[in-house]
Amino acid sequence: MASIPGVEPAETAASAEATTSTTEPRPNRRKVRRRKVTAHDSFLTYAGGRWWKIALLVSVLSLAAYIYFPLSRDHFGGTWLGYALGTLGALLIVWLTMLGMRKRAITPGTWSLKAWTSAHVYLGLSLIAVGTLHSGFHFGLNVHTLAWALMMVVILSGLFGVVVYVALPRALSENRYDEGGAVTETQMIEQLRSLDRQIHDAAQPLTPEDAATVEKSLEQDPFAGNAINRLTGRYPNCATREAAARLREARAYRPRIADDPMDKVDALLARKESVLARMRRHLKLKSILQSWLYLHVPMTFALLAALSAHIVSVFFYW
Amino acid sequence: MTFLIRRIALKANGEEIVRDNRVEGEAITIGRDSGCDIHLPDLAVDPDHARVTASGRDELMITSIGDQPFGINGRSATRGAIDPDRGAELTFGGHRITVSRDAETGDAIFSIRRVEAISDAVEEKDVSSVFTLKGLLPGKRLGAWTFAILILVACLAWPVYSWATFNGVEERPAGFHGDELWMSGQLSEAHANLEDDCQACHVEAFVAVRDEACMDCHQDDAHAHITGLAANDERGRLVAARGEPTGFAAFQRAVAEKFNRPAGRCVECHIEHTGAGDMPDTPQKFCTDCHDGMSARLTDTKLPDASDFGTGHPAFRPALLATTGDQPRFRRTTLDGDARENNGLKFTHAQHMSKTNGIAQMVRRRGNEYDGRDGLDCNDCHTLDSSGTRYAPVVMEQSCQTCHSLGLELVDGTTRTLRHGEPEQVAADLRAYFRSGRPPAPSNLSTLSRRQPGDANRAATARDYARAVNFRGGGETRAVNAVFSRGGACYDCHVITRDGPRVTNGFSVADVAWNPRYLRKGWFTHDAHTKYQCVDCHVDALVSNDATEVLVPGLDGDGGCRDCHVGGTGDTLNPVNHPIESDCAMCHDYHAGEGAPSSTLRRETIARDDAPTRVSLRR
Repeated sequence: MASIPGVEPAETAASAEATTSTTEPRPNRRKVRRRKVTAHDSFLTYAGGRWWKIALLVSVLSLAAYIYFPLSRDHFGGTWLGYALGTLGALLIVWLTMLGMRKRAITPGTWSLKAWTSAHVYLGLSLIAVGTLHSGFHFGLNVHTLAWALMMVVILSGLFGVVVYVALPRALSENRYDEGGAVTETQMIEQLRSLDRQIHDAAQPLTPEDAATVEKSLEQDPFAGNAINRLTGRYPNCATREAAARLREARAYRPRIADDPMDKVDALLARKESVLARMRRHLKLKSILQSWLYLHVPMTFALLAALSAHIVSVFFYW
Repeated sequence: MTFLIRRIALKANGEEIVRDNRVEGEAITIGRDSGCDIHLPDLAVDPDHARVTASGRDELMITSIGDQPFGINGRSATRGAIDPDRGAELTFGGHRITVSRDAETGDAIFSIRRVEAISDAVEEKDVSSVFTLKGLLPGKRLGAWTFAILILVACLAWPVYSWATFNGVEERPAGFHGDELWMSGQLSEAHANLEDDCQACHVEAFVAVRDEACMDCHQDDAHAHITGLAANDERGRLVAARGEPTGFAAFQRAVAEKFNRPAGRCVECHIEHTGAGDMPDTPQKFCTDCHDGMSARLTDTKLPDASDFGTGHPAFRPALLATTGDQPRFRRTTLDGDARENNGLKFTHAQHMSKTNGIAQMVRRRGNEYDGRDGLDCNDCHTLDSSGTRYAPVVMEQSCQTCHSLGLELVDGTTRTLRHGEPEQVAADLRAYFRSGRPPAPSNLSTLSRRQPGDANRAATARDYARAVNFRGGGETRAVNAVFSRGGACYDCHVITRDGPRVTNGFSVADVAWNPRYLRKGWFTHDAHTKYQCVDCHVDALVSNDATEVLVPGLDGDGGCRDCHVGGTGDTLNPVNHPIESDCAMCHDYHAGEGAPSSTLRRETIARDDAPTRVSLRR
């Protein structure tokens, strides 16, 4: 999370001097290399970029082998280089998949989750080179190309994930600030509840038609909307906006009177609109941050299945 | 009448707060307006929504004031009668009013509860999930299982099922089978008909394709690179020629054998599934793997080592005539300065090609026949055969006879010619010529001449004539002898032997043979070299006057192939002006037939970009 101007940084697990683990370290465990983090260190630049260097090395070596090692035939999966790249790729894929297990295991072990994530990202990207060179650019309608395509979908969705993890948290954070300071998710709901109660009270004197319009705003679930509404932040059926518009329209042709209850309702609806807008921006950013996993994870398992079929088929029809 | 209005509210801890309020009157009103007897602060309720009046002794009538309906015992209505004794439930917006009767006072009780929250937001929200996409997209776990199972069924179970269904079946029916999903690439054109029949080659599961599968179809046309050996011995010898691999290759071999892929199988070279089209050209490496330094590995081989045309190719060993005649025999002989070939003819190439001697003068004199040239050309005698590849045999009547005439006498303007190729007929013709008639008689022996003194003179003439007639027989023998001897028509070009019949006085002409193809293990076509002069390569034709000299160009030296052709790697021993990269497959075919190597047939051009012109080999 980006640091927030004007806010005293509190001590977190990431900035603590000593480990924050509550587990007693086991005595016979090898002395860990895990660094006691001094400041925020992104998984992208972990250990001075150790993993992007390793991944780049893997990619360059694969490409150099592809270009310079003489083969008796065209490049394809069945040459010695093809088998070597294929084996490397398959091992990488299995290992990369294990991030899902690793991140659920809270361990004080040798490899920090950050190191693991850094390696996951960069070695995953190097798989583009390894996997594609393994194919020798022979593509067709078959299980082999299916495995390659799924691999690319997984890698590209992961790449999207990394990009949004880098780009969006600052926007997410900034969106949560108003004149009163930071707003938590619970507070967002509380703000809405408070506004709803005020609107409800203020709308009591309204005519049945106006009251029904306002009631719609109250009845609508602020979390309503499908995944597309969430991801785009567009809610064309927003009842609050409709209510505000209708009331303004109705008021336009009425005589101005002092203490018009509509004034109050209108002001409250405007405030609700702005609170909703912030919450929807929040939802949008959070949805984008989560959405890629809905492709990344299922496609990973589809890839594991296709990879198994690919390997079995090669040896089955050997 | 008294109505008891009972408001029930809930505390945060669930405790109820009950507030009672009695209203006296014949009727009460229900609405959002604070003036109503039952005031419901609910936007779904009209300011004056309904009126409750007593009707009859025990019944109450509820009537909507506007047209807005309300709920009565679960049904929506604008009016309805209720009996507090039996109880009833009214619904206005988010409020529920339970109607009952107080047993002690007999008053109608209206118990009011708010049953719906004033807004959706006010309702309970699970903060841990409402801000996520949970429920909006299909679950990750569901997707993972669904896709994984679908792929395993379609791409693994189905193909294995196809294999199991047709295992052991001679030929699978046409149409798509599941295991075709495993096909890594199109089959070559020759095998296109096997597209639906994976098991034609992949006979056993987890066993690499064996030669037996190939031989099912190719038992008749499978080639042998080493002729005269049984298939197993040939494979053994091929593997031996490659030698024991070392270093990384040894590791590769070891891994391959661990995975049950023995060396030397057909499919090692005949790689399939690389796309529809012709079989790919044989890379030079496939040849040199064995032939480079092979003599060290196959100590009994008669073949010299070859590594690259430019730097490591043995001298040509053309097939030279060993015997002449109708069925000549050939012997491969290393092409060096001493190579000789006797085709039974005498011919002086240099003399005939000269621009300055009598032959050249003869050509100049007959300008209309020789286009005003100043000497003979190769093409005057040698003509390409119909394929354009090699030269047709030289025919005496077409190529030589225009100068080397066999004419015997002029009979009324027609030349009577001796028959070429039939020495007996030549001798017989000569003899007949000398036997026919007598020599011309002297005029003074005429019967019409006047009698004059001096008969003795006449007698002398008659005696001379009689001797001439008598001696004419000796003339034919001399003529036959002359034609077969030095200076005679046959002797000039042919080798004359003394094993002939009586008619030729024992002379005979040695058999002649034509060598149709000198380089029989490699491919050469004159057609691809038409932009050069013959003597660019056959340089000795200008200096050789000995017909037994072999004028086939060699590798090196003037007119040698390496003047232009460098090796497949581009390397050469000599500097070359316009190098033409020539790998093994340009001249050699692994499975050579009589024709051009397949790779050369497919080659669009043989020249590199910097060569002056491109030479097409495609016909």
